[in-house]
Amino acid sequence: MSSVGGQLHESDAEVTTRLTSLWKAPTTVVAWLATVDHKALGLRYIYTAFAFFIAGGVEAAIIRAQLALPDGHLVSPETYNQLFTMHGVTMMFLFVQPVLSGFSFYLVPLLIGARELAFPRLNSFSYFVFLLAGVFMYASFLTGQAPDAGWFNYAPLSGPMFSAGLNIDFYALGLLFLGISTTVGAANIIVTILTMRAPGMSIDRMPLLLWSSLTMAVAVIFSIPSLTVALGMLELERHWRFAFFQPSLGGSPLLWQHLFWVFGHPWVYIVFLPATGMLSMVIPTFARRPMVGHSLVALATVTTGLIGFGVWVHHMFATGLPQLSMSFFGAASMTVSIPSAIQIVAWIVTMWFGRVVFATPMLFALAFIVQFVIGGISGVMTAAVPFDLQATDTYFIVGHIHYVLAGGTVFGVLAALYYWYPKMVGRMLSERLGKLSFWLVFVGFNVGFFPMHIAGLLGMPRRIYTYPADSGWAAANLTSTVGAYVFAIGLCVTLWNIVRTRFAGAPAGANPWGAASLEWLAASPPERFNFARMPIVSTREPLWTDGVRPGPAWDERRLSPRTSVLDADLEDAVELPDDTIWTVAMSLAALAAVAALLVRWHWLAGGFGVLTLLSAARWMWPTQAPTVETKT
Amino acid sequence: MDVADASTDCGDENMTAAGQARSPAPADSVYREVGYWAMVLFCCTEATLFAYLLSSYFYLGVSNTSWPPAGSIVPSLPKPLVMTVLLVSSSVVLVLAERARVTRGPRPYRLGVLVAIALGLGFLTLQVLEYRDKLPSMTPQSSAYASTFYLITGFHGSHVCLGMLILGWTLVADARGLLRGDPPVAVKNASLYWHFVDGVWLVILTCLYLSPRWY
Repeated sequence: MSSVGGQLHESDAEVTTRLTSLWKAPTTVVAWLATVDHKALGLRYIYTAFAFFIAGGVEAAIIRAQLALPDGHLVSPETYNQLFTMHGVTMMFLFVQPVLSGFSFYLVPLLIGARELAFPRLNSFSYFVFLLAGVFMYASFLTGQAPDAGWFNYAPLSGPMFSAGLNIDFYALGLLFLGISTTVGAANIIVTILTMRAPGMSIDRMPLLLWSSLTMAVAVIFSIPSLTVALGMLELERHWRFAFFQPSLGGSPLLWQHLFWVFGHPWVYIVFLPATGMLSMVIPTFARRPMVGHSLVALATVTTGLIGFGVWVHHMFATGLPQLSMSFFGAASMTVSIPSAIQIVAWIVTMWFGRVVFATPMLFALAFIVQFVIGGISGVMTAAVPFDLQATDTYFIVGHIHYVLAGGTVFGVLAALYYWYPKMVGRMLSERLGKLSFWLVFVGFNVGFFPMHIAGLLGMPRRIYTYPADSGWAAANLTSTVGAYVFAIGLCVTLWNIVRTRFAGAPAGANPWGAASLEWLAASPPERFNFARMPIVSTREPLWTDGVRPGPAWDERRLSPRTSVLDADLEDAVELPDDTIWTVAMSLAALAAVAALLVRWHWLAGGFGVLTLLSAARWMWPTQAPTVETKT
Repeated sequence: MDVADASTDCGDENMTAAGQARSPAPADSVYREVGYWAMVLFCCTEATLFAYLLSSYFYLGVSNTSWPPAGSIVPSLPKPLVMTVLLVSSSVVLVLAERARVTRGPRPYRLGVLVAIALGLGFLTLQVLEYRDKLPSMTPQSSAYASTFYLITGFHGSHVCLGMLILGWTLVADARGLLRGDPPVAVKNASLYWHFVDGVWLVILTCLYLSPRWY
């Protein structure tokens, strides 16, 4: 036996010393930019997404101030259009998906007992593209031409005839750019989960968060191209008068709607399923027992992701499609409630048979369930075609989407934040502030968003910038505004809690909640190399059932075990690359190309495109000569 | 040491395994490097993209009374068929070149890659000539049909370009002796992408050039 993988009898101190020198922490600014550490990048993802969350929240606050009283004139109709569009774009594309991805990038390697993601440099690229795409879209406010055709940007309103300014170009180019980040991030997560799990973590022992991350990532791979096609067509039409959406030349405005929602509905699950995975981690920990129906929940997660691709037409019931197709898509949409119900029942039964500890993460998880059930019921209502024809484009839909995505996803993210933040920074968040924040957020959310259903049933259309006093919508709107501001105050308490914890929190220790999964085996915050000795797993709840043993140190080079897809048998090692600045260069070159396209300097854009490819070629260039191999 | 032995019982203390064992795994397993899976996923997402493009083509087709619409000519076949021959033979050359790399070393492989790139260039030249013939009577702006036609073929052409760049990158890195593995994952990836782009062309040929003759 050679010494590959490291000697087991070596002292831990020696191993740690060697690993620390192999996995250096960045010390200069350039090194800080160039780092490929999945934990540093995951945290940056989360912080950046929260910065956009604040921006989207400010937009929402202005919207609610405008609608608080009838005949409000705080902002002009044009500004109002930009505000609700950017609120939707921000929350859908720059907050929920990136924040969930950020948690995945941070947690996936720890959850599977690995040292890194499969492609650490790709992760760095994906972060910088996300950051720059967001900054690019927000730069539109500086020109006074922010996107203003709603987050789903229907043609022909968004076409060259009705939207002459740069508004829609910011939207289309920004989202095209962002799509690159989302796609490569998803590929990274898929390959990491399938090939780098700790030896022994067979597919049936995978924690549920991995199932939902995996489903999310696969859905991204197959849905983003539809958005890419739609946005590409729109830009060709806007820049060179191509004719995809113009009926007079044989085009069809409905083509945009089909392409957008073929992407858009899977996207709803992309930004929702990871939150359910987070819940499936939080609830067993605080119910102090393993998850009930683990395999069923995993299966339900995958099923939801699949069905998500077959329901897009329910966004288009009012467009005059054939009756048969509407019935089909109505029925398909209702079947989504079956896997969702399986998950909810599994959570409730887990708590029923457990001994529930009501810590802050658990409170947010409970509120998630309550609100998701309400959002699910209004979802089944709108899946029924006759009801949808009444409710579509009213505030009922606004209420529905916020119950699912704010009441669901955002509460899931808050539960995850209170649960995993101690792991990330090594200090506990204050429970007192956490509970205060929870009650403000919970009450504010429901007071803010429930009346929207009523306003909608009373006939209030979505996206109107003001409404007359005799419409009968004033009471519902004022209540909504009060609730929204309470919600915002509650979120500010959490923000303060996070800031304060960096300086004043109690030390967390490796496993403050007594949880079962591998990330709690690592230190808080984890070392750069996550685990000094790579864990070997033999059960589904390794930390509860004595199901994990320390394996070899893998400390000759930067290595992590490579295992088989289903059984997680050890096959080989994955050699992990070191830091690089070229991913940053590539994302900057790509941003320059996108900006040149915006101002229609197409040749310049082409030049920056070449620079982008050159940076990619440089980034992937093999740096060391191959080690001499002796063939046997 | 044999990785396969170590991997059979991962719960064993003997699992010292794999650090230096680059030569992957038992020959009969479906072992692939992580980088290979990244290329597979890239091809998946790109294939989906072409699927949505072609779906748009047919969606607009059924929304119009005739497709290609009255006034547009059904695209002629000679050039696209020659282009098909060029692209398919480039794939065959690449497969042979990869085999030669195993049996006879990198030199014939590099020659094969050069031939494949040249055939790709031939494909692009013919595509430009086809556009030059078409543009006087049909610009991308003239109808939704024309827009989709140029978008799909042009987008595919850009993929041929990218495929050539990837092959070129691999060629240079290989010539400098920088690629590790047997065969290196970069070599496998470049070929996979090239075959993928060829496969997409066959679908495009069927949809845009052949299918209008069937109805």
